[in-house]
Amino acid sequence: MTPTRMEQEPLEQFTFDFNKETAEISTGSNDELKLKLGEFAGPLDLLLFLIRQEQANIFDIPVAKITDEYVKYVKLMKTLDISVAADFLVMAATLIEIKSKMLLPRDPMAPEEEEFEDPRRELVDRLLEYEKFKSAAGMLHEKTTIEQAVFQRGKIESDDSNAEINASVFDIITVFQKILLRHRDEIKMEIAREEISLSDMIRTLKRRIFEETELNVLAFFEEMQSKRELVTAFIAVLEIVRTESVKLTQKKTFGEIFLKAVTNGTGN
Amino acid sequence: MEPETETEIEVETKAARGMAELVAIVEALIFVADEPITTKLLAEVLDEDRDAVEAAVSELQKEYEGRESGLQIREIAGGWQIATRTELHEEVRKFLKTRPSAKLSLPSLETLAVIAYKQPVTVPEILEIRGVQSASAIKTLLEKRLIVTRGHKETVGHPMQYGTSKEFLIQFGLKDLTELPSIEDFEDLAG
Repeated sequence: MTPTRMEQEPLEQFTFDFNKETAEISTGSNDELKLKLGEFAGPLDLLLFLIRQEQANIFDIPVAKITDEYVKYVKLMKTLDISVAADFLVMAATLIEIKSKMLLPRDPMAPEEEEFEDPRRELVDRLLEYEKFKSAAGMLHEKTTIEQAVFQRGKIESDDSNAEINASVFDIITVFQKILLRHRDEIKMEIAREEISLSDMIRTLKRRIFEETELNVLAFFEEMQSKRELVTAFIAVLEIVRTESVKLTQKKTFGEIFLKAVTNGTGN
Repeated sequence: MEPETETEIEVETKAARGMAELVAIVEALIFVADEPITTKLLAEVLDEDRDAVEAAVSELQKEYEGRESGLQIREIAGGWQIATRTELHEEVRKFLKTRPSAKLSLPSLETLAVIAYKQPVTVPEILEIRGVQSASAIKTLLEKRLIVTRGHKETVGHPMQYGTSKEFLIQFGLKDLTELPSIEDFEDLAG
C-alpha cells in the first residue's frame, strides 16, 4: 500500500533460496506427504497453510515466495498422483498474475493523488473471508463431537408409524422408475390423443392436492395413460415441490410418498 | 414436591391439572416423542396454555438437575428432548457397543458452515468463498439430510439455493440457527 513497501518487495524475491526449499519438501516418505496434502480443503486452505508456515503477515504476503511454494505443492500433488482440482490451478494462475503485477514499477506518469491499489488486496480479502468459515467449520466439528456424547432413547416400535419423514427428490425418482418399468411391459394400442401440457398438469396436480390434502404420488403416476403423460406428471411433481408450498412426505423410510400442502410457516 | 409452585400454576392450567401432574404428563410425552417435541404441540395435545407447559418443562429440568439424574431435558431444534448426560457417554457407548459415527470430511464441514451462515446460498456463492468446487460435499450433505434445497435464486441461470435442515439442528445440538456464534466472531483469528 505504501510506496516503501513496494520497493522492498522485489528485493525479497531475489534473495529467495530456491534450493533450500526443495530439500525441505522432499523429506519424509511419500505416504506421509500424501496424507498431509489430502488434508487441504481447497486452494485457499493450502495458501493459508503456506502463509502460516512462513510466519508471514497475511496483510503483507510475500507473494513471490508463497507463489513458488504453492506451485511446488501443486506439482507435488500431481507427481503423487493426487488428482489436482482445477481450482488449485486457477489459484496458481492468480498468484502468478499478482506476482508479475508486483514486479512492475508503478507508472511514473500516474497522477499523484490516485490511490495505488495493492494487487494482493483482493486475495487477502478472500483469504480473510475464507478463514472465518474455516473456523466456523471447526466450531461445527466441535459441536457435533459433543453431540455424539449425548444419546436419546432407543427406537420403539411405534416410531415408524408415527413420524413423517421428509421424502427427497431421490425417493420420488425411484418410484418413477418403478412405474416406468411396469408401463413398458404393457401393450397398448396407440391412439392419437391430445397431449396434456405441463402447465395443465401442474394445475391438475394442485387441484388434486388441494382436494385430497394428501396425494399419493404413486397412485397419481398410475393414473397416467401414456409414457409421455407420465413424464409430464413427473416433471409437474418436481416443479410443484420446487416452486409451491408443497412437500413430499413418507410415513416411513421406503414407504409410500405423499404430496402435502405445507400449512404455513417455514417448513423445514 | 413444592406446594407453593403447585398452587401458583394450578390457576393457569386449563384442564385443572395440578403442576405435579402436568410435569409428569409432559415428561411422558417428551419421552415417547421420537423427535424433539415443541411447546406448541405439547400445549395443543394437552389443551393447556403454552406458559403452563413451559413452566412444567422448566420444573422438570430443575428436577432432573436437582437429583443429578443420568438424563437431561434439553431444547433442541425448537423442541424438547430427553437425552443422556454428556458425562456418561463412555458407559452408554460401552453398553450400546457403538463408536462415534463417521465424521464429516473437512470440505463437507466447510461447505456446511458456508451454507449455515449464508443461507439461502447458491453453488457459485459457495465456490466464491471456499475457492473450490463443492459438488461432492453438497451431495454428501443432501444425502445426510443436513441441508435442503430452498428454491431457485432469481438471477441469471436460476441457480438452486441451499439451506440447513432440522436434522442439522438436531445433529449439531442447536436450539435454532441464532444459537450459532456470529460469523464475525471468528474474525480475530487472522491477527
